[in-house]
Amino acid sequence: MTAPFTGKLEKIDDYRWRIPTSYMPGMRVPGLIYSDEKMLKSIVKDNAPQQVANAAHLPGIVRASIAMPDIHWGYGLPIGGVVVTDIEAGGVITPGGVGYDINCGVRFVRTNLTVEDVKPRIKDLVNTLYSIVPTGVGSTGKIKVDLKEEGRILTEGAQWAVNKGYGWNSDIDHCEERGAIKGADPSKVSNRAYQRGKDQSGTLGSGNHFLEVQVVDEIFRQDIADVFKLKKGGIAVMIHTGSRGVGHQICGDYAERMVSKMPQFGIKVPDRQLSCAPVKSDIARDYLGAMRCAANYAWANRQVITHLAREAFGKVFGEKAESLGMHLIYDVAHNIAKFEEYEIEGKKKMMCIHRKGATRAFPAGHEDIPEEYKRIGQPVIIPGDMGRCSFLLVGTEKAEESFYSTCHGAGRLLSRSAAKRVTRGRAIARELEDHGIIVRYTGRSTLHEEVSEAYKDVSEVVNIVQGAGISEKVAKMRPLGVIKG
Amino acid sequence: MRRYNQIQHTADLAAEIYGRNLPELFENAAFAMFDMMADLDGLKAEESVRIKAEGPDQEGLLISWLNELLYTAYIKRIIFTEFRILSLEENNLTAEAKGQKFKEGTNLIKSEIKAATYHDVKIEKTGSGYEVTIVFDV
Repeated sequence: MTAPFTGKLEKIDDYRWRIPTSYMPGMRVPGLIYSDEKMLKSIVKDNAPQQVANAAHLPGIVRASIAMPDIHWGYGLPIGGVVVTDIEAGGVITPGGVGYDINCGVRFVRTNLTVEDVKPRIKDLVNTLYSIVPTGVGSTGKIKVDLKEEGRILTEGAQWAVNKGYGWNSDIDHCEERGAIKGADPSKVSNRAYQRGKDQSGTLGSGNHFLEVQVVDEIFRQDIADVFKLKKGGIAVMIHTGSRGVGHQICGDYAERMVSKMPQFGIKVPDRQLSCAPVKSDIARDYLGAMRCAANYAWANRQVITHLAREAFGKVFGEKAESLGMHLIYDVAHNIAKFEEYEIEGKKKMMCIHRKGATRAFPAGHEDIPEEYKRIGQPVIIPGDMGRCSFLLVGTEKAEESFYSTCHGAGRLLSRSAAKRVTRGRAIARELEDHGIIVRYTGRSTLHEEVSEAYKDVSEVVNIVQGAGISEKVAKMRPLGVIKG
Repeated sequence: MRRYNQIQHTADLAAEIYGRNLPELFENAAFAMFDMMADLDGLKAEESVRIKAEGPDQEGLLISWLNELLYTAYIKRIIFTEFRILSLEENNLTAEAKGQKFKEGTNLIKSEIKAATYHDVKIEKTGSGYEVTIVFDV
C-alpha cells in the first residue's frame, strides 16, 4: 500500500497524464490524472494511481477513471477520484466511490466586515465560535430530535433547518441541490444510522473538519468577485463538515450489503471496497435512497452551523448577521453520487457520477446553478490546510471533459503517524499564532495530524486545475481564526 | 506475541494484526482498533457488552465485528479495552467486550475512526498462526 506506483504514466500534456488500459487486465477505460510533473512525484509515492486503475474495472464506466491533483490513497476509489457509469448500459454505483463521510462539503459565507474590523477582536470571535459550535469526537449538538423529526431532516435537508429558524431562505437558493437532493428514502436508513444522527445535528466533528474566519488576500477576477460581493481585505467564513455518524453508518451498512450481493451480479472487482451493484438493481436503489438521506443530513448540518456562526458574529460585533451582510455565497459537496446528463458518443444519456474528494464545477449558463451566477459559472470552494490558504474558483465549459468536476482541497501528503512524528514536541497552536492564526480545538492529536506539512500545497493543486482549464481562480483567502474538533 | 503493528497510510489508519488462532486474531484486531483510536492506559474494564456479528465469509465477519464494536462504542459511549470471542464460526460470532464509559468532549479519543474498511482484507496463515492487514477510515 505504501510502495510507489511503478506502472506506466503517459504524458498527454503539461496537466494531464494517462494510465493506459494495457497497464492492467480488466481496465475498461484508461486512467486520467490531472497533475503537473512536480505533483506527479508525490502522487506516485503513495500508489494512488493503482486505485485509479482499479476503479477503471467498474462495469459501465465511461471515458476514463479520473483523478484530481489532490489525489491520495483512499480505500476503493482514491480520494480525488471521479467515476462515471452509464446507467442504461448496466453501469454500477459503489459506496466506496462516495466515501464514509457522505456529503462532506464546504460552505462559504461572506460578511461586510474587513480585516481591520476583525483582527483586534479575533480572539474573542474564535472563543465565541468555539463555545457555540460543538466540535470533537462524539460531540452532540443542542438540537436533539426524535426519530420522526430526524426523518424530516433526512428528506428536507437545509430547508428543515431554515424552517426551524436556523438560517435564511436565500441560503437555500445558494446551495448545491438547494440543500436537499430529491429521492431520499428514510425507510432505507438503518435504525443504527438514525441512532447515530439523533443528537449530532449542528456539530462540526473532528479530523480535517473546521470552521474558519478568513480574510480575502488576493482577487484574481474582480468582475466575478463583484458578483459575490467580495473584495480584498474582506472577511468571510468557511465551514467544512459532513454527515457525521449518519453518513458513516449508512456507508458501512451498504458497503457490507454490497459485498454480499455483488457475486449475484457476476461482478468482480480488484478491491472489495469497490463493491458495487448495477444502478438499476434493488440494492443500488436502496443505497441511493439512503445516501441521499445522509447528504441531506449534511446540508442541514452545515445550515445549522452557518446559523451558529452568524450568532457568534452577532454577539461579538453587536450587530445582527443581516446587517453584517453574512450571506451564503455557495455550498458544495465533495463526497457524493449524483445522476447527471452527459453526451457519450453523440448521445445524451443519464449517468451516475461519483465524486469522492472532488467537487462539481458547472459552467456559466448551466441550468442547475443560481440565477445570479448563470453568467459567471458555479462557485467552487477549495479549502486548504489550516496554516495556509483556501480558494474560491468557478466552473468552466472545458470541465465537461472531467464531467464538470474539479479538485476538493489540498490532499494529504503524510500519514497521521508521520505527521505526529515530524511535529513531536512542537507547539502547533503557538506556531499558528505566530503566523497570525488563532486556533481553538478539542482533540489532542488534531493539530499535529492536521499540520500544514501533512498536506500538499493547495495553491499548487489549484494552479493545476486552472492550467488544465477545468476551473478558474477567483479569490484566495487566508485564515485568521480556526476552530477544530 | 505482538498483538498488532501500526503501518503507514496516507489518509487513514492501518494495522497488521497477528494471532495464534482465529479467535485471538479477531480479539487483537478489536484491540488494535481501539488502541489506535484512544489512550487505553489506565482505563477500567467496568462496562461489559455482548456483541454478535455476521458476515458472508471470515473476512466479511471480521469487518462486521469491528464495525459492530464501533457502533456500540459511539452509541453507548464506551471505549473498549478487553475482548473475548465466545464463539466463532464461518459466518457469525458472539463475543464479550469490556471497557470504560467516556464523557462527551473527552480527551481520551485520539482519532475518530469512522469504520473498518474492506480494503485488501485477507486473513493469511503464517508460521505462528494468522495475520491480516486492516485499513480504518478516519
